[in-house]
Amino acid sequence: MNQTKRKGAASLLLNVKRYWPLYVMFIPGAIYMIINNYMPMAGLVVAFKQYNARKGIFGSPFIGLKNFEFLFKTPDAYVITRNTILYNVVFIVLNITLSVIFAIMITDTAKKFLQKTYQSMILFPYLMSSVILSYIVFAFLSSDNGIMNNSILPALGMSKINWYSEPKYWPFILVFVNAWKGVGYGCLIFISNINSIDLELYEAADLDGASRLQKIKYITMPFLKTSIITLVLVNVGHIFYSDFGLFYQVPRNSGLLFPTTNVIDTYVYRGLMENNNIGMSAAAGFYQSVVGFVIVILANWIVGKFDEDSTLF
Amino acid sequence: MKTRKGETGYQLFINTVMIIVVIIIVLPFLLLFMSSITEESVLLTNGYSFFPAKFSAASYAYIIRSSQKIFQAYGITIALTAIGTIANVLLAALMAYPLSIKRLPGRKIMAFFVFFTMLFNGGLVPSYLIWNGVFHVKDTFWGQLLPNILCSAWNVVMIRTYFTTSIPESLYEAAEIDGAGQFRIFSKIVLPLGKPILVTMGTFSGLAYWNDWTNGLYYIQQKKTLFNIQNLLNQMVSNLQYLSQQGTMTSEMAAALPRTGVQMAIAFVAILPIMLVFPFFYKYYAKGITVGAVKG
Repeated sequence: MNQTKRKGAASLLLNVKRYWPLYVMFIPGAIYMIINNYMPMAGLVVAFKQYNARKGIFGSPFIGLKNFEFLFKTPDAYVITRNTILYNVVFIVLNITLSVIFAIMITDTAKKFLQKTYQSMILFPYLMSSVILSYIVFAFLSSDNGIMNNSILPALGMSKINWYSEPKYWPFILVFVNAWKGVGYGCLIFISNINSIDLELYEAADLDGASRLQKIKYITMPFLKTSIITLVLVNVGHIFYSDFGLFYQVPRNSGLLFPTTNVIDTYVYRGLMENNNIGMSAAAGFYQSVVGFVIVILANWIVGKFDEDSTLF
Repeated sequence: MKTRKGETGYQLFINTVMIIVVIIIVLPFLLLFMSSITEESVLLTNGYSFFPAKFSAASYAYIIRSSQKIFQAYGITIALTAIGTIANVLLAALMAYPLSIKRLPGRKIMAFFVFFTMLFNGGLVPSYLIWNGVFHVKDTFWGQLLPNILCSAWNVVMIRTYFTTSIPESLYEAAEIDGAGQFRIFSKIVLPLGKPILVTMGTFSGLAYWNDWTNGLYYIQQKKTLFNIQNLLNQMVSNLQYLSQQGTMTSEMAAALPRTGVQMAIAFVAILPIMLVFPFFYKYYAKGITVGAVKG
């Protein structure tokens, strides 16, 4: 390729001389990434140390696997791992299923302006910060002022519920909030996929007398298959990470809810900032980084099997 | 687009479902807004409601009249969003352009350097210790601006892909023959022709800065004048939590905790700009999501 452009067979040195400003352009961002990304990678070593603020990460003494021993002796290690993974599994299945269903409905809507309205409305909650989500949920669930306890439950003849101190309701609340916020994202991806399907296929199917469901099953779904698998795998790649805001802000950091709202990210944050337990926090963070890395690599490798264009590398 | 006879039933069905979906999306925002214009005494007796017994603009009057703190936080949010977005897009474009030049020696290594940050990260603890312990961003504007969101590999990859697919390399060569240097090519060809992707990535980063509350949570400890609007909202939540756990709060906390109606009004004021610019930026934002999906 590009044979004509390579006619001079410029040597490496000449190329470097010609392009040196490009390296200069690259430098500011590279410095930022060294500070923001690469130094913390090296800083992961803090998980094996007894951290001392005065000595810094690299000056603090090594204590081997002590932090990990402490972490895995507590029941927390199991709870946060279980919560992180289970929530993610439910989020992936529910959000992608709803996204596909709504995407099909939206693209089938006959009126163009309704199509446009639906698809922009459904994305809107995705733009909200988790602090705002927390306020919105609070307006529904606040024990004293919430619309649930004041209007909806009494109307149904049910007694009030102390939402922020009853862990059992939170898996449902968080799954709902996450779907409310996130479905529009997947929806948009599938809509653009469906719009790229050749309309003649549907017309041909119409001529053959195919039913609505048959067209979805034999034309739309096969087209969406690659995107669905890719999106699932990309999300699976992040299965060890959670949306910190969803689990920290929406339950309003309520300690009584930790059994069902504590995930690795919130645990790491609380260890570091609230409980002053940097050792265990660092160990949990290290565990997340390393296991997360392995899972990303695996997921990406599997993505490559389905669709080479969708891999990250 | 696929209408034909006998489809009225199906159209009715999907429109009904979608209208219900839209209602489920809109109602929470409506409740937030209604709560902010409900009179405080009604709020305390009847709670939040879609149909408040008594309206009042007192919460908004309070924000305008007496709260310097809210204006300050709003100012921080606006400054962060403006500076952060420009810096973010510029840094990413400056990294993306070299990566789009196929004959640049060392390009593969540079691409891997950017890309690897998407696969592996040190997480909160080392990031916090390094930004704080080594670079001392705590309680400075830098603490809000720099960590995490200033430049992401994702933006670089998206912009790079656009440059390689949408700007023909022959343009660069023609400019070089005319004697233009690389910086000139970047500012006169790459930036103008890359505008669609730069605006798209700008909407993402603008939203990220507008919505960010984590940097304030981690890096702003004492100097509360550096709080952005999200941090202010977050602080009111934690003060309420403290109150419910301890049964009491310090006078400083009490002063920082406005009435419930005012809290809802601040929350509404924080999302109002997003609502206002959404129609104009939707196209770019949506484009970013669908293009991004193709590449992972």
